[in-house]
Amino acid sequence: MAHRTLVRFGSVLLCVVSVAAAIGFAATTVRAAKATLTVYTAVEADDLKKYAARFNEDHPDIEIKWVRDSTGVVTAKLLAEKANPQADVIWGLSATSLMVLKLEGMLMPYAPKGVEKLDAVFRDRENPPTWVGMDAYVAVICFNTVEAQKKHLPKPTSWKDLTKPVYKGTIVMPNPASSGTGFLQVSAWLQGFGEAEGWKYMDALHQNMGVYTHSGSKPCTMAGAGEYPIGISFEFRSARVKKQGAPIDIILPSEKSGWDMETTAIVKGTKNLDAVKTLIDWSVSEKAMKLYSEGYAVVAITKMSQPVEHLPANMLDHMIKNDFEWAAKNRKAILDKWQERYNAKSEPKK
Amino acid sequence: MRVFLGVIGLYLVIALALPLGIMLGKSLQGPKDDFVGLANYIRYFSTPALFQSIGNSLWVSILSTVITVPAAFFYAYALTRSRMPLRGLFKTVALVPILVPSLLPGLALVYLFGNQGLLKGALFGRSIYGPIGIVMAEVFTTFPHALLIILAALALADARLYEAAVALRASRPRVFWTVTLPGARYGLISATFVVFTTVITDFGAPKVIGGQYNVLATDVYKQVVGQQNFQMGAVVSVILLVPAIFAFMVDRAVRSRQVALLSARAVPYQPSPQRRFDLAMLAYCVVIGVAILSIVVVSQFAALVKFFPYNLTLTWAHYDFDQKGGGGWTSYYNSIRLALLTGLIGTVVVFVGAYLTEKARGVALGRGLFHFLAMLPMAVPGLVLGLAYIFFFNAPANPLNVLYRTMTILVINTIIHFYTVGHLTTLTALRQMDPEFETVSASLKQPFYRTFWRVTVPVCLPSTLDIAIYMFVNAMTTVSGVVFIYGPKTELASISVLNMDDTGEIASPAAMAMMIFYTNVGARTLHAGLARWLERRTQAWRRR
Repeated sequence: MAHRTLVRFGSVLLCVVSVAAAIGFAATTVRAAKATLTVYTAVEADDLKKYAARFNEDHPDIEIKWVRDSTGVVTAKLLAEKANPQADVIWGLSATSLMVLKLEGMLMPYAPKGVEKLDAVFRDRENPPTWVGMDAYVAVICFNTVEAQKKHLPKPTSWKDLTKPVYKGTIVMPNPASSGTGFLQVSAWLQGFGEAEGWKYMDALHQNMGVYTHSGSKPCTMAGAGEYPIGISFEFRSARVKKQGAPIDIILPSEKSGWDMETTAIVKGTKNLDAVKTLIDWSVSEKAMKLYSEGYAVVAITKMSQPVEHLPANMLDHMIKNDFEWAAKNRKAILDKWQERYNAKSEPKK
Repeated sequence: MRVFLGVIGLYLVIALALPLGIMLGKSLQGPKDDFVGLANYIRYFSTPALFQSIGNSLWVSILSTVITVPAAFFYAYALTRSRMPLRGLFKTVALVPILVPSLLPGLALVYLFGNQGLLKGALFGRSIYGPIGIVMAEVFTTFPHALLIILAALALADARLYEAAVALRASRPRVFWTVTLPGARYGLISATFVVFTTVITDFGAPKVIGGQYNVLATDVYKQVVGQQNFQMGAVVSVILLVPAIFAFMVDRAVRSRQVALLSARAVPYQPSPQRRFDLAMLAYCVVIGVAILSIVVVSQFAALVKFFPYNLTLTWAHYDFDQKGGGGWTSYYNSIRLALLTGLIGTVVVFVGAYLTEKARGVALGRGLFHFLAMLPMAVPGLVLGLAYIFFFNAPANPLNVLYRTMTILVINTIIHFYTVGHLTTLTALRQMDPEFETVSASLKQPFYRTFWRVTVPVCLPSTLDIAIYMFVNAMTTVSGVVFIYGPKTELASISVLNMDDTGEIASPAAMAMMIFYTNVGARTLHAGLARWLERRTQAWRRR
């Protein structure tokens, strides 16, 4: 009978609900005995487990909970949570973002053990510094040789080359509004070419642009897959894409490249200050530098930098002299202007 | 009754109205949380780069709606009014898109129509990155949403009307225009604005395949994520709310004309076979079915190929999520937990809520307000809801801030995010029941809960199960709603699809998206078995 069936169904449903609820609560109430740090990061997702494992070799009593997203998202999250910070520490976020957070008064100055070994560029100028650097990431051009041959594209050797009409519709670059990589190169063009020339250069480049991506890795992955033959990206991702078997050349343009660094800082208001200090101390240790150097060609103790497969050994020579404070201060104005010029033309050009 | 209505109403107020209110307030604030009036709006409308997106959003939304709703209607018509073979299979196939994250059609379209695409020539040199890609992905994504609503409207037909039409020698087209279409009118209108608002608020498809074509939803993302300009993000969100109010007014206008279709004396309609008509319907369904399945097949292909398009050997390497980051396999198990909790709790809340707004006597203002709140989520982009949650639940002064970044808040958010379709499905089912049932039981001095339990619930049980499975699969697939509020312990599978896609990878996100798909297929199979078992026991009255 319908009614009895319903009662039976109801009790089955009730059982399922309670089981589901039990599962839900069981997993949230389990709490590790050791200290747990919530670490916000924009470090490449594929590396996080390795970073935590190396750290835990020396400090098994501190557990790391990663919150990972692209540079823009993590920065936005931190700002949105300003009133009630969720992060204990930032490990691996661009210096430009950290300067924004510093201006908001969200960071706690701290001089980690061994900070004096870092290259002067790789730390906040103040004493004690509000942030310390880890490694640098440098803009490069990923150039798909197979597709280039099909389309008879010459290999570019400079940023200026990319504005030649032959490259129309073949280039991808990250949108500087959402991507740290995009912003660092835009800022480098403006610093290197001068403001007026820089904007003129980007106007010309815009004519050749296939698409602007949200993230900085994507242009190189797309170039690797031949979706667009030329991608403006950064060196770490390009080496990895090449290693995966993509037919790309990694080009360091002759005018030198923009770069930013990954940095570490304490979020004001953390309740685990001792564990956080341990982490920050470790993050500038030689062991950590060795870890960074496995992926990045330039690390904060610059003499410890190791050549990375598929990348030139003299990366430092390819980097512009970067004025981060200028970049952080003018970030909003640059992005507004960029959006106004290149966002409005939203139809894909035919 | 009023107490229950109040409790669920309070939930809607806390989990929807208050966060949105704070969002609204944000749009009137300057960067230092100072009140600046309409300055942000003035800036918005004087920046062509920004307000141009309104036109773009409207264009892709209208185009998608104009394609999706008729396509879904004829599909539903074929399923309910013809005797073509494999109707069950075709219904299952058509629901496939709700089993996958809205990022998946984007990934598949790159493989199909991208610059290295398998069917690249089909676009005649036009780029898939832009309105074409968005509309294709949106039609795929919204098709089952429209279909479910129209199916619910077509499912209960009174055979007496059709018999009368036949007795009056009405031609088939005439029956269609005078019986079928008017009967489904309410469902069609609901479907139209559900599709329209889903497209205009969707962020997944334009993010993956939109290229340089800016729409309002991606603008919110860019303002908030790229520029860290929460105020302007709030302004764009407020502009996105306009269609909701419009849809609400349309709904009210239509609703006042709706009469109960299924009277207490109705006889269920069963179509009779007609060879040529059935074949034509079958051909139509095959075309749609193949188009839908090819998206999924291509994604599975993408997940297995070593390095597209240069190395097409097969590999499992892309399933090694723990090495890819983005949460790894843990995020997959979190998603299952979220989906179970949302499916079970959400269904009860939504169904009881809809029942009470429909049947409660008096408190007209309260019911109207409740109905408005229940309609609102459809128009609120998940991204906006998520951001509103940060501002509301993360405020130190809010005692509810302990919920922040927990599974509980993800469940609360997800139920709200998918409230509207469940609400509408229930209302459509309820409105086809003659109010005489209540009148009769009242005159028999039966309390309302007995009528509810012994008449309403059994009659609406098929729709209820549909809501449960809808909630489950959407909790599995949602990205935008949770992207701002997931925590280190509650990362989800769909988020990891987004995070992996962001690096430009296609294989691993496709692999994870397909895991979501297979899980949802499993859940649906379970649901189908349960539904058949229940139908045999509670729906016998529908058969003659």
